[in-house]
Amino acid sequence: MKEWIRRWYEGDTELLTDIMDGAEVPDRPRKELKQQRKAFRAKILERVNSEPVLRAQEKSFYAIYRVIAVISCVVLIGVLLFTVANLPHYGTENPRTVEVVRRYIEHGLEETGAVNVVAGMILDYRAFDTLGESHVLFTALVCVMILLQLDKKTIRGGHMDSYYRVKQDTYFDISKDSIIRVAGMVIVPCIILLGIYVLLNGQNGPGGGFSGGAIIGAALIMFATAFGFNAVDRIFTRRALMTTTFVSLAFYSFAKGYVFFTGANGLENHIPKGTPGAILSGGLILPLDIAVGLVVACTMFGFYSLFKRGSIGSD
Amino acid sequence: MSFVTNFPLFTIVLSLFSGVLCYLLKGKAARKYTFIYEIVLIVMVGAVLVYTYREGGSFTYVMGEFPAPWGNEIRAGVLESVMALLFLVVMRCSLSAGYRFVETDIDESKTSLYYSLINLMTAALMAIIWTNDLFTGYVFVEILTLTSCGILIVRELGRTTLAAVRYMILNLLGSGLFLLGVVLLYNLTGNLLMVPMQQVIAELAEDPAVMPVLTMAVGILTIGLSIKSGLFPFHYWMPDTYGWATPASASILSSLVSKAYIFLLFKIYYRVIGIQVFVRMPIRDILLVLGICGIVAGSVNAIRANNINRMVAFSSAAQIGYIYMGIGLGGIIGYSAALFHIMAHALTKSQLFLTTPRLAEVSGDSLKFKELQGSALRDRDAGVFFTLAALSMIGIPIFAGFASKLQFGLAAAENASMVKLVMVMLALAVSSMLNALYFIRTVIRIYAEDPRKDVRAHHRSGYNVPMLVLTAGNLFLGLFSWVAVNLLQTGLGMFS
Repeated sequence: MKEWIRRWYEGDTELLTDIMDGAEVPDRPRKELKQQRKAFRAKILERVNSEPVLRAQEKSFYAIYRVIAVISCVVLIGVLLFTVANLPHYGTENPRTVEVVRRYIEHGLEETGAVNVVAGMILDYRAFDTLGESHVLFTALVCVMILLQLDKKTIRGGHMDSYYRVKQDTYFDISKDSIIRVAGMVIVPCIILLGIYVLLNGQNGPGGGFSGGAIIGAALIMFATAFGFNAVDRIFTRRALMTTTFVSLAFYSFAKGYVFFTGANGLENHIPKGTPGAILSGGLILPLDIAVGLVVACTMFGFYSLFKRGSIGSD
Repeated sequence: MSFVTNFPLFTIVLSLFSGVLCYLLKGKAARKYTFIYEIVLIVMVGAVLVYTYREGGSFTYVMGEFPAPWGNEIRAGVLESVMALLFLVVMRCSLSAGYRFVETDIDESKTSLYYSLINLMTAALMAIIWTNDLFTGYVFVEILTLTSCGILIVRELGRTTLAAVRYMILNLLGSGLFLLGVVLLYNLTGNLLMVPMQQVIAELAEDPAVMPVLTMAVGILTIGLSIKSGLFPFHYWMPDTYGWATPASASILSSLVSKAYIFLLFKIYYRVIGIQVFVRMPIRDILLVLGICGIVAGSVNAIRANNINRMVAFSSAAQIGYIYMGIGLGGIIGYSAALFHIMAHALTKSQLFLTTPRLAEVSGDSLKFKELQGSALRDRDAGVFFTLAALSMIGIPIFAGFASKLQFGLAAAENASMVKLVMVMLALAVSSMLNALYFIRTVIRIYAEDPRKDVRAHHRSGYNVPMLVLTAGNLFLGLFSWVAVNLLQTGLGMFS
């Protein structure tokens, strides 16, 4: 009874909590960190040999765990197969299911001014979804910056290694390699040109902001690999990258906000549709594609830069 | 159309813009901007609530030139406005009570990124609440997933990274299943907007060959969202996620993010499937059983915890169980009870997560019960607020916790079979007892004889006001529960 009351008052011990006690203090000199790591290892070894873990193994917890995992996977597979096998054939059994698609295909050109129906769909009919989607990318960039950007805490604290890794990377720098340099000099402008072509023709053919931006981003990464970050930093400083992202996304939000506002309130929105097939056509689709393309390019290059040197660009 | 009808659009687009703007600002400026901006949002949503209540109806808002089945739409009614208002108030309170901890927990160069994520999260929450389109719901669920992982890892401890990895894996599994469900429903109906989808589904449900497929699709959707909100077998990510995040994040994650997924589920049941069709599926009973299991499992785990934050986090698992139990009971009283519990729990849990770090602070930065002895005597404000919230969690009358338990009991008595009634009543009784067991232990511990009399809390400005707002909300829900229930039932009436 006394033991029960004690356990009620103090709570049980948990495996991981005890081991990691004291691991939460980030600012420590290197020597202490080493000692701490040693202590942790000793504690973990002790735990492994101690009773509760052995008992858990005796109960063959992991065997049960595996069996359950396999069973649930098999059940899920069965359920999905059953569902897919029983799906009605798309569009044939119920005419109402193709109503929306037919409208997009038949009236898409005159209503949006875009030859590419997909572009008309994602940037005009369902532009709100794409507004969210382009911010998903931005959110991912912010999260990666939080994880990888070097700050005082990460350099001095628990993630010390990242500092040394960055230093080490310079030993294997390939930007002096002449083969890569010459190849880069030839290839990079071509890739950028292709990217711009894909970007600007989103409303008339396959392509658009996401794909064009990805191509330009790849070209920037190629450039940085061939000529080193110093060459890139002359144009793409941290400030420039951040400002480009900001301007593109803010333009996107406000342009689309304007269209939503006028559309819902029954006002005219004064955005010309242009001749279908020309570069300047499709109303807002072209500017929005450019904005999305810039964001995608900046994000891709930002990821590379963050992984490689722990900052999105030089100051 | 009144100008107020534009406000839902503004809350989403301006929040997205603010997220991008804060990324460019310096940390302190980003914080000040966010604090002012959240107040503006609260005013706008309040205006929408007043407007919809006066008009006695909801309105849809076409996003662009193309109406219902072709373009996106958002929709605002009483229920949506109440939820949006609650979410914004809790978020503002969590931020202003927790910003001192944000300053110490987060590196200076990353504070602006934190507030950027907070604004993006606000946009996602607003969009999930207002949306009238299933796929828009999915897009903003993605933003919510990413931002919630972001505000967790920003503390940069080993434990938060570990917790974030686990949280992200489960969350992505949930997103994947949710997307699968959306795709299946799209395949069946050919629409993504909620109103036309519901019309097609009502026709399809008459066909006995399609009904099993429909049930599977809804089931997959439900599993996806219940993983994300932490229903019973999937609640083990909670303690680490809530226990190690910076207090403001823990409060937001536990009281808003998991609730937003549940609200989306509600929206799907009511507006996509149609409640008449949903009642015919066995999913309801499964949710009831899982909810009750969650209540018991969460409470038992909370008793076993030796760390105050883990205890509060496991109690969250139990409260999520209550909400799903309400959905499982069904009927307008059951649904309004579940929604009422969302409100009550959001107000109470955020208060708990904002007081525990202060208690830990005067106990040598330890969250263990042993170290916490007498901490309420060292930091009197935090002790009082913790005790008030704990009383509400246990379900003492005049607090919101009691009112919501009463609602669940009423719902069970109103429209459940004998077996369900006994199950629910037993679950309520047992869980109240278990709740009392672990919260009373904690309150005794923090008011026990003080072993370190020399430590005193340093005064922190801007802490008491948000906590008072949360307590006042809690008391309001407890004392005038009929006002809230009335509002929720009116909203549900407009919902289908």
